[in-house]
Amino acid sequence: MEECSFTQTQTPSQVRRNLEKRSPEQVDQKVGEVLQYLLVKDQKKLPIKRADIMKSVVKEYKDVYPEIMNRVGRTLQQAECRAAEEGHLSLLTEQVFGLQLEEVDTKNHIYILVNRLQRVEGDNMRVDDNTGKLGLLTVILSLIFMKGNVAKESVIWETLRRLRLDHGEKNSEFGDLKKLVTEEFVRQKYLEYTRIPHTEPVEYEFRWGPRAVKETSKMKILEFVSKIQNKDPQSWVTHYKEAMDEAATPARH
Amino acid sequence: MGTQMTDSHRRFLQVLMSHGILEGSAVRALHRHCCEVHKVHYAHDKLDDFVNVINVHLQSLFMQIRKGMSEDDGRQYYALVNLAETEITKMASDYAENELELFRKTMDLIIQSDNGFAASTSILNLSDQLQSKKMKKKEAEQVLQNFVQDKWLSEKDGEYTLSTRCIMEMENYICNTYQDMVNKCNLCGTLAIQSQICDTCGIQIHLPCVATYFKGQTDPHCPNCNEFWPYEIPDSNTAINQPNSPQLPSTAPKEPPSAVRAKRRAVPSTSGRRPNRS
Repeated sequence: MEECSFTQTQTPSQVRRNLEKRSPEQVDQKVGEVLQYLLVKDQKKLPIKRADIMKSVVKEYKDVYPEIMNRVGRTLQQAECRAAEEGHLSLLTEQVFGLQLEEVDTKNHIYILVNRLQRVEGDNMRVDDNTGKLGLLTVILSLIFMKGNVAKESVIWETLRRLRLDHGEKNSEFGDLKKLVTEEFVRQKYLEYTRIPHTEPVEYEFRWGPRAVKETSKMKILEFVSKIQNKDPQSWVTHYKEAMDEAATPARH
Repeated sequence: MGTQMTDSHRRFLQVLMSHGILEGSAVRALHRHCCEVHKVHYAHDKLDDFVNVINVHLQSLFMQIRKGMSEDDGRQYYALVNLAETEITKMASDYAENELELFRKTMDLIIQSDNGFAASTSILNLSDQLQSKKMKKKEAEQVLQNFVQDKWLSEKDGEYTLSTRCIMEMENYICNTYQDMVNKCNLCGTLAIQSQICDTCGIQIHLPCVATYFKGQTDPHCPNCNEFWPYEIPDSNTAINQPNSPQLPSTAPKEPPSAVRAKRRAVPSTSGRRPNRS
């Protein structure tokens, strides 16, 4: 493990020198804290910025950041050694929690945790405010996919209105519906909400966000639609082909 | 026994993590479910081994799945607890500063009480004395409800006590913060919040432990000083003395009974009592 290399601004020897100032227990503690931080943020489905990990957890241990990630791997007694900076951390979340650390924004270094396990019936996950929201989200994602991967805001509201969900009214289940869809889902990276250029009055449209791409698939959404409409998924020829193509691509990101 | 984590362990951990705490029978059902989903060998009597595999991997993260007893009904619970005292805990991220202060003050009241309960009126009276930011009574009421919903407090007839999850997760914190004001149950050795206290020697016993220990006795006597036990003995309708697996951590390490007794005798007779409120 000593030969583990890591790509970082500091050279391994610099890190080693910095490390001599800390006890192994202190660094261990930081490793645990970084993971807890990721898990807590993930429960609220909030994206995690590397800058925030640094600011709120790593703090004065910044100079040994690569080693913190490295030690995560070592405590697991993994024979495997990864060079990537986040490699060990992602190894640990995946090994222990079945969650994958994914960088959804490589420029600003923003991460999300994606569940590698499919939810199945009988899991009995805690039912809370978010459970219903995810149902609504599935409807919106379906709509976007069926409309050709982009849907005008007005189309979304019109469909929701037919489900008796009015975006101008407070809803007992979802509260402020407009805020949930255009702010919360967007912040969580489930949806992208962008202005359509050259529109007067201003119009917006929705696309799948990176979290939706990683947490679900076009095929799963198509299966959801076909269940609701009581039709065979293959009856939507182009959508079915698109979903098959996506599934055939090994890495979807 | 394998120590390798499989997806069945990971699924188990994810579900437990989403609840924070689960009752024993739900955990046993979950164990079976996870083994079946991932088609790994299921042995109903190997739950603690199964949990131990996860715990080995959680060790370096300062987390642990612990087994604890509910002070209300004596049933067994499993909780994922955080062993490191840091500000990054689940609770700290869910609540605002003044809400956490209200929680700490509520905890003070509960610990200082004789029976482990604080009346909602006394808690609500604290809301305008908060140093971080005052709260309206209505807001404080809502926050209390959230504490109950998130399983940090439990409520009974307008009185609040620490929930099983809270005691399991914060046992170390409570013992360090309140030191002489809290005691361990004389029978099971874990922290006792709701309990009966011996009038003579001051030892404390959980209600479910009282129920099991004195079951069927018409003339109960203190297991420590042998004086008459003057309390009503609660019904024991749940078995609490299930054999504890030696490997799985319960909420506190058990002291051997002889050591406990010797220690108790060596200190003045009032040592076991909670200090009187001034």
